[in-house]
Amino acid sequence: MHHKTIRVFLLIIFLTLVSLYIALPKEVVPPLNITIFGKQIQKDFELKKGLDIQGGMEVVLRADMTEIANEDRDTAIESSREVILRRVDLFGISEPTVTTSKTAGEYRLLVDLPGVSDPNQALQLVGTTAQLDFRLQNPDLATAEATNSAIAFFNQFEMTELTGKQLKRAIVQFDPQTNEPVIALEFDDEGRDLFAAITKENVGEVLAIFLDDYPLAMPRINTPILDGRAVMTGGFDLEGAKQTAIQLNAGALPVPIEIIEQRQLGASIGQEAVKKSVKAGLIGIGLVMAFMIMLYGWNGLIADLALVIYGILTVAIYKIMGVTLTLPGIAGLLLTIGMAVDANILIFERMKEELRLDKVWKRAMELGFGRAWDSIKDANIATIMTALVLINPLDFSFLNTSGMVRGFGITLLIGVLISLFTGVVVTRTFMRLFLRDPNYKKDKRGKNK
Amino acid sequence: MNFMKWRWLYFLISFLVIIPGVISLIMFGLKPAIDFTGGSLIEINFVEIVEDQELSAVNLEESLQDVYELSSIQQSGHNKIILKGKHIDNELKNEVLTLLTNEYGLIIEERFETVGPSLGKELLRKTLTGVIIAAVLIMVYVWAQFSELKYGVSAILAMFHDSLILLGTFSLFGYFYGTEVDMLFVTALLTTLSFSVHDTIVVYDRIRELKRKYPRYKLVNLVNTAVTETLSRSINNSVTIIIMLSALAMLGGDTIRWFTIALLIGAVTGTYSSTFTAAPLLLLWDDLAEKFSR
Repeated sequence: MHHKTIRVFLLIIFLTLVSLYIALPKEVVPPLNITIFGKQIQKDFELKKGLDIQGGMEVVLRADMTEIANEDRDTAIESSREVILRRVDLFGISEPTVTTSKTAGEYRLLVDLPGVSDPNQALQLVGTTAQLDFRLQNPDLATAEATNSAIAFFNQFEMTELTGKQLKRAIVQFDPQTNEPVIALEFDDEGRDLFAAITKENVGEVLAIFLDDYPLAMPRINTPILDGRAVMTGGFDLEGAKQTAIQLNAGALPVPIEIIEQRQLGASIGQEAVKKSVKAGLIGIGLVMAFMIMLYGWNGLIADLALVIYGILTVAIYKIMGVTLTLPGIAGLLLTIGMAVDANILIFERMKEELRLDKVWKRAMELGFGRAWDSIKDANIATIMTALVLINPLDFSFLNTSGMVRGFGITLLIGVLISLFTGVVVTRTFMRLFLRDPNYKKDKRGKNK
Repeated sequence: MNFMKWRWLYFLISFLVIIPGVISLIMFGLKPAIDFTGGSLIEINFVEIVEDQELSAVNLEESLQDVYELSSIQQSGHNKIILKGKHIDNELKNEVLTLLTNEYGLIIEERFETVGPSLGKELLRKTLTGVIIAAVLIMVYVWAQFSELKYGVSAILAMFHDSLILLGTFSLFGYFYGTEVDMLFVTALLTTLSFSVHDTIVVYDRIRELKRKYPRYKLVNLVNTAVTETLSRSINNSVTIIIMLSALAMLGGDTIRWFTIALLIGAVTGTYSSTFTAAPLLLLWDDLAEKFSR
């Protein structure tokens, strides 16, 4: 038994050291950069900070699907998601997330833009319907400079009146002669007339298609097209043609979107709140530790040690799993520290009882752990169930999906699981190894037998 | 110790604590935040404000009367104001900011939230669903674990007791301090449910264990012994939680203050109700069952 205890002890120390390495900020320890079997492994762990901590913007958009046929709706929302994601990517926002959701028959887009500094501009990017337009290349500006400089390249195109609104649909077809994939465009009546006018006057020139100010395709006008049905040929493979058609349809099917919720926060508020919470937390932890020593003496000290390990493991798990830290999440973490000692208190109280029954210290300790386990397990399962309702891991549409509530639920769940480990396994191992009967010498041997 | 001799006293205490809150809930209700009702909130830092300019509610309301219908104005710090009103869009918000800049010089927009009215209702529905699902899950679990319906029902009643106290207290807070009930409050409510049942299970667990040991004992004796044996653990454990939450409530800043206070109330009532509500309810159940079977 003793050997096993020592093995568990070494495992705990190892786990703690690894977690400590992960948990410490990278200003203190250099990020991992090692070579194993010729493979370089590089990883730095960073705590993800939520909107309420680092500032930024969160927008919920509703897509108006009334004009869109039922079977096209899923495609339409997915295209909108792609378009918006591309827009914010171009804008240079780090780690934007755009997710779609369907709640109560409504299609929605949830856009998270952490750390965004210019909310007005970001909102314009996100909140406007996809813009598809057709632009004519000005041959006078198509100079050598235009091929080298991006700005000059964009500037050589001039807007026409033709936009995505007049494009009815784009589909992939195959050229009957060459068997190459081509994209067929079909315009509505207004578009047919505009397209006819443009193509009549500019034969031989390039009529580029821009999606959100970004060129998507650059077909050349070969002949005037009067019936509103154009075919873009050349240079497409099947995948590319499909992709372009999807994007054209996304622009052509401008799902009108509407902002139904917007939350934005400057960075300063969150940082101040974090500082305060952390300070409050440290004071709280100090008091809890003192309280444990006061009540349970050496046992309490062991519990405190386990609590420190609890803290290190928890932060490391947050980093590994990429838990987004929010203010309620921090409160949840601190709350679980208060709860983490619960297992210890249950065990120590149980131990006291056994000692009162005149059991030998060592036996009382083992009994305390064994008998308290049932209560600890049953009670914590109830907490785990509540945490799961808060987290809503299966994304039930009838439950909450808010980031704040989830953040709190996740910290609660991780807290309960880790505290089971530190409160029971770690404490027991340490006690078996380091603590002896405090009254051993005074004890009249044989009394307890 | 014969704790259960005084069980009617415990019910009376609960009753006395619950009644004012329930009256307040009926008369004043809760003050829902924009999360639930829809609406908007702008927090502004007036950095350039000069001494003789007054940031009074009347002045602000006057400056904004044409664009933004205000429902409340709140001071949130030195030269910081939180404006609340109807659901507005970004453009209208910018108009508000421009107006205020003209009047008061440079301002910083610290926070802006706007929620459409339909979203608020949806959240309310989801919240209720969440609470009900958590409650049912816990009841079924306790019932299965202790293989008697009365344990499940009593645990749920104790949970209900704690929720009522929390809701009632926040109704009173809302009336006297303007405290709003937001999404975080709901989270605190759900956590209270788990606090409550956590402690209750520890007590029930001890009753079950004693029952196996002394199958011939009467339930009232088992409950008394179980309560005596678990009381110091209950108190010690809630002291650690209370220490933690008090530190957060006092020093943790405004954003999570009410949230931690809600958790604190939940922790205290959760501890009380496990010993003094959930345990005597088991006895009450048996008393009633006996009466009806006659």
